[in-house]
Amino acid sequence: MSKITRITQALACVLTLLTTTVHAETPQDFLTTFQTAAKAADANFQGFSVTRGEQFFKTTHGNDWSCSSCHTSNPATVGKHASTGKAIDPLAPAANPERFTSTRKVDKWFKRNCNDVLSRECTALEKGDILTFLMAIK
Amino acid sequence: MQTWKKLALVVGSVALLIGAMQVFAYEDDEEGEEHEGSEHSSYHAGSMQGVRASNATWKAECSACHMAYPPGLLPASSWQAMMGSLDKHFGTDASLDETALKEILPFLEANAAPEPKKAIAEPVLRITETSWFKRQHDEISSATWKNPKIKSASNCIACHSQAEQGSFDEDSVRIPR
Repeated sequence: MSKITRITQALACVLTLLTTTVHAETPQDFLTTFQTAAKAADANFQGFSVTRGEQFFKTTHGNDWSCSSCHTSNPATVGKHASTGKAIDPLAPAANPERFTSTRKVDKWFKRNCNDVLSRECTALEKGDILTFLMAIK
Repeated sequence: MQTWKKLALVVGSVALLIGAMQVFAYEDDEEGEEHEGSEHSSYHAGSMQGVRASNATWKAECSACHMAYPPGLLPASSWQAMMGSLDKHFGTDASLDETALKEILPFLEANAAPEPKKAIAEPVLRITETSWFKRQHDEISSATWKNPKIKSASNCIACHSQAEQGSFDEDSVRIPR
């Protein structure tokens, strides 16, 4: 085996290791994941919609709270927990770069908050629409 | 040393360094930035032990929606019942994954208040419903509780300015007018 081959292999190993252990994700990564899931759930999936996401975000779905009850109708601003009054950091990635960078956090909060707002989990289409709306906010 | 060995060593070191940085970044991210001492409050014996105890995961998770209420404010039986019903937590879903629960519950148990002397059918989940809380606040008028600046008896920090630092000392109490 030539030196070059070995070095290339070593580098390839390190790169593979790095990409698989990288913890921080981007909002775009989550959008891609939701897109794959939405396509799998519906063959006629036509893509996510800012308008649909905004509508979903600002209206109630059978319970007292909507997403905007805590995150306000402008998710680029600081929100307020609807029952405790505790400040909530902005949800729009443009206003808060920490948002949608950790799978653990994204899963945790979608599970909790969809349960509070809809009494069920959100679909991939709903999550994708919400994120598309949030990412459109500058 | 052969050139490729040197190169492999450098690449390996960089990978390790980046790996370590990610681990630290992850811990910082998940556990919050406040790291407090675990010394116990001495001004109030018994149930107030464990009021100053702190744990980074507890702090980060429990303070997301409200103040992280100190473990010493409820007995272990209450914390067990509460951690077992986080999906229905005072009207909201506050469920945690197993990893977080396995760290938080033992911390709460280890620093919990003593169990009530009189056996009760159901563990008290609301701190404000414990006999200890009622006794400590019996001089507060109902008008004061209704003050919009206080809003709720669960809003410790409205009057206990140092509550988030684990201090409920009377000297730091400022009742809003």
